Amino acid sequence: MSLYFLCLVLFSVGLYCILRKRNLIKIIIGIAITEYAVNLFFVLVGYKMHGRAPIHAEDQAILNMVDPLPQALVLTAIVIGLAITALIASIAIRVYEKYGTFDITKIRKLKG
Amino acid sequence: MLELQILLVFMIIGAIVAVKTKDLLSAVIAVGTVGLGLSVAFLILKAPDLAIAQLVVEILVVIILIRATIRKDLPFSTSGRWFFNTFVVFVFLIVFLIFGYICMKDLPKFGEPIMKVAQSFLNNGLKDTGATNLVSSIVLDYRAYDTLGEATILFTAVIGVLAVMRKVGRKK
Amino acid sequence: MDNPKHGMTLIVKTITRLTVGLILLFGIYIVSHGHVSPGGGFAGGVIIALSFIHILLAFGKEVALKRISYNVASFFESLGAIMFITLALLGIGSGYFLLNFISKGEPFRLFSSGLIPLYNVAISFKVGAGLFIIFVILVTFRLTKKDDRE
Repeated sequence: MSLYFLCLVLFSVGLYCILRKRNLIKIIIGIAITEYAVNLFFVLVGYKMHGRAPIHAEDQAILNMVDPLPQALVLTAIVIGLAITALIASIAIRVYEKYGTFDITKIRKLKG
Repeated sequence: MLELQILLVFMIIGAIVAVKTKDLLSAVIAVGTVGLGLSVAFLILKAPDLAIAQLVVEILVVIILIRATIRKDLPFSTSGRWFFNTFVVFVFLIVFLIFGYICMKDLPKFGEPIMKVAQSFLNNGLKDTGATNLVSSIVLDYRAYDTLGEATILFTAVIGVLAVMRKVGRKK
Repeated sequence: MDNPKHGMTLIVKTITRLTVGLILLFGIYIVSHGHVSPGGGFAGGVIIALSFIHILLAFGKEVALKRISYNVASFFESLGAIMFITLALLGIGSGYFLLNFISKGEPFRLFSSGLIPLYNVAISFKVGAGLFIIFVILVTFRLTKKDDRE
């Protein structure tokens, strides 16, 4: 229970960063932190107490395994997160080249 | 699971440092510590595949973000309705945390998951697919459409980066 | 390759020349043993991409693009996608899409579990080449003259 709540606190730190900060790089950092929290929450839900990793061994039969389904979902989500981070970083570099700043309020002023 | 709680508190401290520090390069490195802590947490939670993937992906994320921030350390504005904005955001976060805490009472207890689907994978996985690593057998056999969609998204991201960063056809 | 004007110092270049082959070999090991041990196409593909990014950071972009050029990386990305789709479509001949139709073999061996190692190889081509292309584009991008003054 306390583990779930700590995971939620980590999520809200990232949410605060997205909502409050005005620097584009800080917003990317907030998106990365929320993504880590969601990945961790998936794996926490699938953990079984005193379980073993879901890999069969050759010489013994392992009966008590953790849930492999959230791990498979998170494995694809990690690589997708990397691709999204690269895409947002490239957009931030392009915005810096056009406006000379990372501050989103100044970008809005220069637009009109 | 005391070690996991200590690790999560460490990750939260790293995230707060990444959010509050003024220097952008320090913030990026603090995000690197959060990701490496997440890798160790996956290892404690018995997910070695995810630990390897998270470790190497974190290195690449830190390199890409350092490339984006290097020599561009600009001050950002704090003017405007500072008090009002912060107050609204904090009220929203407190309401969010309270509702999240109420919702968590309906979740299964930590350490006792509901494994309706996964139990059949665990029982029949080795016989059906022949793969020893059950995560690999789920990713590439039972739920291979996920992997197909992931490949599509990666392709779209590469095309998007190419389109955003192109040299020709740009207005001078 | 030893042009002192480009890239980092001599120490970094020497260490890079010693270790980059081992990193590539480790990536290939992670990919090929993905169905019997932790690992798989995703992690192995990222490690293979990191080995080329290592060359690119240490020696500069000319040397890295001579080793694996932009067209070769683009070819491998397309090869990964086409290989995955082709293997998935072959399953229709004996059943349904994405069917693991060839013999499963004996468990706990390297050549077992049907098509899963081939899917792993396809995914590793796609992930490795795609991330290398993204990184080359991000690194070789130069700001225009107006902003270079800062």
